[in-house]
Amino acid sequence: MKTKTATSMNRRFFFQVTLGAGGALVLEAQGPRRGAAPKILPTAFIRIEPSGIVTLTGKNPEMGQGIKTALPMILADELDVDWKMVRVVQGDLDEVKFGSQSAGGSRSTPNNWDLMRRVGAAGRQMLVQAAADTMGVSPLECTTELGKVYHKASGKSVSYGEIAAKAAALPPPDLATVKPKDRKDYKLIGKSVATIDLDKMVAGKPIYSIDFKLPGMLFAVFEKCPVFNGKVVKANLDEIRALPGVKHVFQVEGDGNVASLASGVAILAEKWWYANEARKKLKIEWAEGPNAAHSSAGYDAKAAELFAQKPAFTIRKDGDPEAALAKAAKVVEGKYTFPFISHAQLEPGNCAAKFENGKMEIWAPSQTPGRGLQMAAQALGMPAADITIHQLRTGGGFGRRLANDYLVEAAYLAKQLPGVPVKLLWTREDDFRHDFYRPGGYQRMRGGVDANGKIVAWHDHFVSFGEGQNFVSSSNIAPTEFPAQFLDNLAIEATLIPTGVPTGPLRAPRSNSHAWVIHSFLDELAHAAGKDPVEFRLELLGEARKVGTGFGAYDAGRMRAVLLKAAEVSGWGKRTLPKGRGLGVGFHYSHSGYFAEVAEVSVDGQKRVKVHKVWAVGDVGSDIIHPSSARNQVEGAIVDGMSEMMNQEITIEKGRTVQSNYHQHQAVRMAQAPPEIEVHFVKSNNSPTGLGEPPLPPLLPAVANAIFAACGHRVRTLPMAKEGFRWA
Amino acid sequence: MAIRLNVNGKPVSVDVPGNMPLLWVLRDELEQCGTKFGCGAGLCGACTVHQNGVAVRSCVTPVQAVAGKNITTIEGLSPDATHPLQLAWQEFDVPQCGYCQAGQIMTAAALLKKNANPTDEDIDKALDGNLCRCGTYLRIRKAIHRAAEMMRGNGGSGAGAEQGKA
Repeated sequence: MKTKTATSMNRRFFFQVTLGAGGALVLEAQGPRRGAAPKILPTAFIRIEPSGIVTLTGKNPEMGQGIKTALPMILADELDVDWKMVRVVQGDLDEVKFGSQSAGGSRSTPNNWDLMRRVGAAGRQMLVQAAADTMGVSPLECTTELGKVYHKASGKSVSYGEIAAKAAALPPPDLATVKPKDRKDYKLIGKSVATIDLDKMVAGKPIYSIDFKLPGMLFAVFEKCPVFNGKVVKANLDEIRALPGVKHVFQVEGDGNVASLASGVAILAEKWWYANEARKKLKIEWAEGPNAAHSSAGYDAKAAELFAQKPAFTIRKDGDPEAALAKAAKVVEGKYTFPFISHAQLEPGNCAAKFENGKMEIWAPSQTPGRGLQMAAQALGMPAADITIHQLRTGGGFGRRLANDYLVEAAYLAKQLPGVPVKLLWTREDDFRHDFYRPGGYQRMRGGVDANGKIVAWHDHFVSFGEGQNFVSSSNIAPTEFPAQFLDNLAIEATLIPTGVPTGPLRAPRSNSHAWVIHSFLDELAHAAGKDPVEFRLELLGEARKVGTGFGAYDAGRMRAVLLKAAEVSGWGKRTLPKGRGLGVGFHYSHSGYFAEVAEVSVDGQKRVKVHKVWAVGDVGSDIIHPSSARNQVEGAIVDGMSEMMNQEITIEKGRTVQSNYHQHQAVRMAQAPPEIEVHFVKSNNSPTGLGEPPLPPLLPAVANAIFAACGHRVRTLPMAKEGFRWA
Repeated sequence: MAIRLNVNGKPVSVDVPGNMPLLWVLRDELEQCGTKFGCGAGLCGACTVHQNGVAVRSCVTPVQAVAGKNITTIEGLSPDATHPLQLAWQEFDVPQCGYCQAGQIMTAAALLKKNANPTDEDIDKALDGNLCRCGTYLRIRKAIHRAAEMMRGNGGSGAGAEQGKA
């Protein structure tokens, strides 16, 4: 993932102004050339028609996180136009033109906040200049409001639409010198507007990737080896070819990389259902390969064995944790286990592609279309310059679409059939069985408190997945993971188990498991210390100050503020709850966001759990761009976190995924969701950051700690169903 | 063999195998793509449509089973997307990815036909089969209450085609 800062990008951006159709003003920001790469055509961010209609480009992939609304809102606010006049179009992939176009790591907002403000402000500056010229006044005496330029002294005004052509002829300002608005002048940022595409969603318009069709399109299914990285030896291709509706059948050798092009059999038909029906008749002989020996039971047994041994390597060591444990007044130990889980986004993997005259055109629901383009180029042996990608709205990402396997598969099939548009669509079973799973893990935690109830030692033996000291994707723990940097005697050590199971980022990768382990164990220590869990955490955080630098920088003040607010709004320590009901707390810093959450939970005699209410408090900087959407992300993260706790687990037998559909990997349903979720944002003097991920991690320990408060049971295994719990 | 049915008030005839699920008839034969494919097994509710006014899972409904029946999809819930549920969904900014929402709305519409003033429990029960992977349940519930209020005559337009027929 690119993490280039918006500032460094801005300095190298410049404007090009062209006259669009009908005399439209077209403002185009053009990025730097990469090396000696040929210059790609610039693209408009802003287009104003003479009628006053403003068309803005949404540059990043939209998967439900609301970025197709949020970034254009910033542009529109700086441009000073009426949101009712704004149309948003999804930009095609062109990272020279738009800068980075990925959706991951909650980076879309921080990476584009400054850029969008400057592009919008530059547009407004040009319109003001053109208006001033038209009215024969100084631009310094002009003001703007909702698509009009006013000269108050003379009472004159012109609309943006009237002067669009004139503005287009002006020399473009340098983005680095443009002055964005003062915060106090924001009209859209911080207000809830009509979400882009919301009207189309409720009307059932065909706006999703799965809905995209072209005339003459063939529809494909792709059967891959159930054992990861297995290969086709032979299959009854001729028999399948003769089935109703089937047009083509291909045996795909693959390129040995399941993240690119797996081996399998593809069936293409006039309509997708015929292809999928034909698939039921497939008889494939597979060479399953070495992964067939892998199983979840094998991993569990290995982890138990490894906990009896010394850790293989050290990730961080401060002071002498063993000596400190030996001297501690109380020592606590807990072994925590969390499972592999699947993304389970609702729209199954799909992608459309067409290969014609040596050029590949792809319509993709990718979170990383730029990477997808490079992968397709490599897998197909095509120059990247011959591939174009159109971005389509997609039904959920959660990190699944950071991978581009569906994209490469569709492009590969299209390449076999020049001139024929191809649409690949996976089944739900394909999605569950061929994911890049959130890796499971095992943590043996040991900690000690002194006679005053202060933490004096922390030791984490993390048994995770990988080879030697190389973690597989999304399975590592950072050397700066809290409470590192806050304790004098702390060690994080690890031992890795080799795995053939593909892994990858799931919403709040690493944090989605670490926050649960760390804050559950902190709770164990707080109880051992005889301290209130919030007080105990405030003591650990210490004074408001910045700790660490770079990636590990941690602002204890920001975390204190959200924790204190969460305690305040939840009535922490001030309410008497009935027997069987308790409050739990957790906090976590990830993806530049600080979140603390409190859950109120009851547990009955049959271990049925009800989450009555969750209070979530976050600090993601100075401005909440689109408050309704922001709260929606937080509410959703809370429900998602609950799903991860109770019933979601991917298990492996003989190298293949056991679970095939939602009944075996259950998400929270309406009746189980908390009836109340209260969201607060603490504004701080920091540039705005993303919200897709940081609200999720604290939910798990908040609920787990509330379960302990309610019934005295410490949850150390996820999913909790394995400890006998279920939702009330 | 041609199978005849009524979709959104219009008679249609499709020449497909009788075991083709209604979902794929709608999406690929009739180009009504608002009904979504999520699980293919009646587990997520994204494909919910009405069969003679009752919510059914089109992904597990063979088209031959609905021959001669009236099918309503999200596209036909109202002529101009002003069914009270569609209005309330916008008022509460319900969706995130939005992929499940057509199914949620269709299930809710079937509920409101039977129950003009549902309780939270009634809603939870009726919507239990509709998964929202983004977790927008609280907003869905609020929007259903709001739509019910509108339909009981407390504001909002939305006498849609389907209500007109009913």
